[in-house]
Amino acid sequence: MSRRTHPALLGWLVAGFVFLYVPILSLVFFSFNRSKLVTVWGGFSTRWYEALLGNAQILDAAWLSVRIAAVSAGLAVVLGTLVAVSLARFGPFRGRALLAGLATAPLVMPEVITGLSLLLLFVALEQAIGWPAGRGTLTIVIAHTTFALAYVAVVVQSRLTGMDPSIEEAALDLGARPAKVFCVITLPIIAPALVAGFLLAFTLSLDDLVIASFVSGPGATTLPMVIYSKVRLGLSPEINALATLLVLVVTVGVGTAGILMQRGTRRRTG
Amino acid sequence: MSQPAQPPPGTATAGGAAAPRPRARAFTLRLAPGRGCVIAVPYLWLAAFFMAPFLIVLKISFADQLMAQPPYSALLAWSEQGYLTLKLNVGNYLFLARDALYWTAYLRSLEIAFCSALLCLLIGYPMAYAIARADPAWRGMLLMLVVLPFWTSFLLRVYAWIGLLNNNGAINNLLLALGLVDRPIVMMRTNFAVYVGIVYSYLPFMILPLYATLEKLDPTLLEAAEDLGCRPFRAFLSITLPLSLPGIIAGFSLVFIPALGEFVIPDLLGGTETLMVGKVLWDEFFANRAWPIASAVAMAMLSLVLVIMVFQHWLERRAAARA
Repeated sequence: MSRRTHPALLGWLVAGFVFLYVPILSLVFFSFNRSKLVTVWGGFSTRWYEALLGNAQILDAAWLSVRIAAVSAGLAVVLGTLVAVSLARFGPFRGRALLAGLATAPLVMPEVITGLSLLLLFVALEQAIGWPAGRGTLTIVIAHTTFALAYVAVVVQSRLTGMDPSIEEAALDLGARPAKVFCVITLPIIAPALVAGFLLAFTLSLDDLVIASFVSGPGATTLPMVIYSKVRLGLSPEINALATLLVLVVTVGVGTAGILMQRGTRRRTG
Repeated sequence: MSQPAQPPPGTATAGGAAAPRPRARAFTLRLAPGRGCVIAVPYLWLAAFFMAPFLIVLKISFADQLMAQPPYSALLAWSEQGYLTLKLNVGNYLFLARDALYWTAYLRSLEIAFCSALLCLLIGYPMAYAIARADPAWRGMLLMLVVLPFWTSFLLRVYAWIGLLNNNGAINNLLLALGLVDRPIVMMRTNFAVYVGIVYSYLPFMILPLYATLEKLDPTLLEAAEDLGCRPFRAFLSITLPLSLPGIIAGFSLVFIPALGEFVIPDLLGGTETLMVGKVLWDEFFANRAWPIASAVAMAMLSLVLVIMVFQHWLERRAAARA
């Protein structure tokens, strides 16, 4: 379809992108501001980056968040893939509808409800069986795994239903055992979905404030929790510096992924 | 266009595999030994950490508030005569129903979520339409630009708006410098700021499903309409809009449902007039330590979400039946 786009439509698109990007660019811009008043320009400076790198509270919280995100994304990929394989490959089985419902419900559940309900579960469990003893990193990992696995399941399931089943069938017909078929045939084909699911789960975990605030305990303060407590007190140029670094990482990451995917598509289709 | 109806190159792999195949042959993995294990592991996880928590919330919503750790009473207890007694306290729900604060919070949440979703639709539809009609070489790039903000921290994107909307923020500084206003316009801690925050944060969720349906739209339909003398706007109303209805419903609910329970945006950008359920629940729990009331608020919100989802499902089925 190569009809000319109406200029008004094009203008609207540009305005929309301005709306999406001006706040992010303003964060980046004011991170290089010498003045402590975030929105008043006082000359170029990188002092807030130095302050950020010297802020042990933020760095510790960031490191904790990255570790929690890595572990919970890993777990979510394993569990989400198991859900996706069960739903896409095993045909009808008893309780299939319930599993499909349980696996998609976290997608639409308001975060405050997920957070509250998990915290109440952990409190009740600790009372009843003494596990988990106290709340902290472990309970955040469990909570993040639970809501992230739903996203992984959706991504992987759509890849599984989209792939050509005849390759798996051919391998089965030739006598390969199902476990081997899955490892040798299915897994490489759905690998991009696993990577996408991992990145999605990682980002969601790294970004989560509400659920972590509910299920965390003393001693486990994640990066969003630190940011939130700072932001509540007002603007802070260090947070701008942090945001800029994050935007840089994400842009490079998403850009690379985009280019790689485009190359992959070109190779497959042409 | 002289091409026969062929799927665009990007969707060739997905389109080819979606062709219906005999079910029995397509799912031979079902005979795999150990499949019980594959199903059981995530099943148990979800039952333990997703389903059980809701039963506990339901239970605590019927408990009494206690000054203890944890601050709620047990429902089941052994009476002195040795009977197992069940005590359900519906007081928490009555308290919610009688207090105007909660009614206002639910109604205001519905209103803000609905209007935000509508604004996202109005802003996002032309954007999705423009991307879907753009040169295929550009589409990937444009879509990436839509998704990119989603990957950066949600909290930091809300924070960015504080810097823009403050009384001494970037927007007011600009307006003052241009001489358009004499004194700063108060935008922070108002409903306006909450709308801006929600629309800004959730716009990508509206654009993506809209794009997905608009991209699949067969352009020959519009050309046929044009050849028959239909004006572009009329063709849009009678062809494009009805065919993109599934995308509209999906996008609308992807914005509406999460916005309903939103906490961060009303907390950071909203003022005292912005009463939303997510914030009420948070305050009941963290500030008042009223776990039973917070649980009752959560159960009421959950029922609301369920009703909305059933309605959405019904709309989707109607749209599918008409198409």
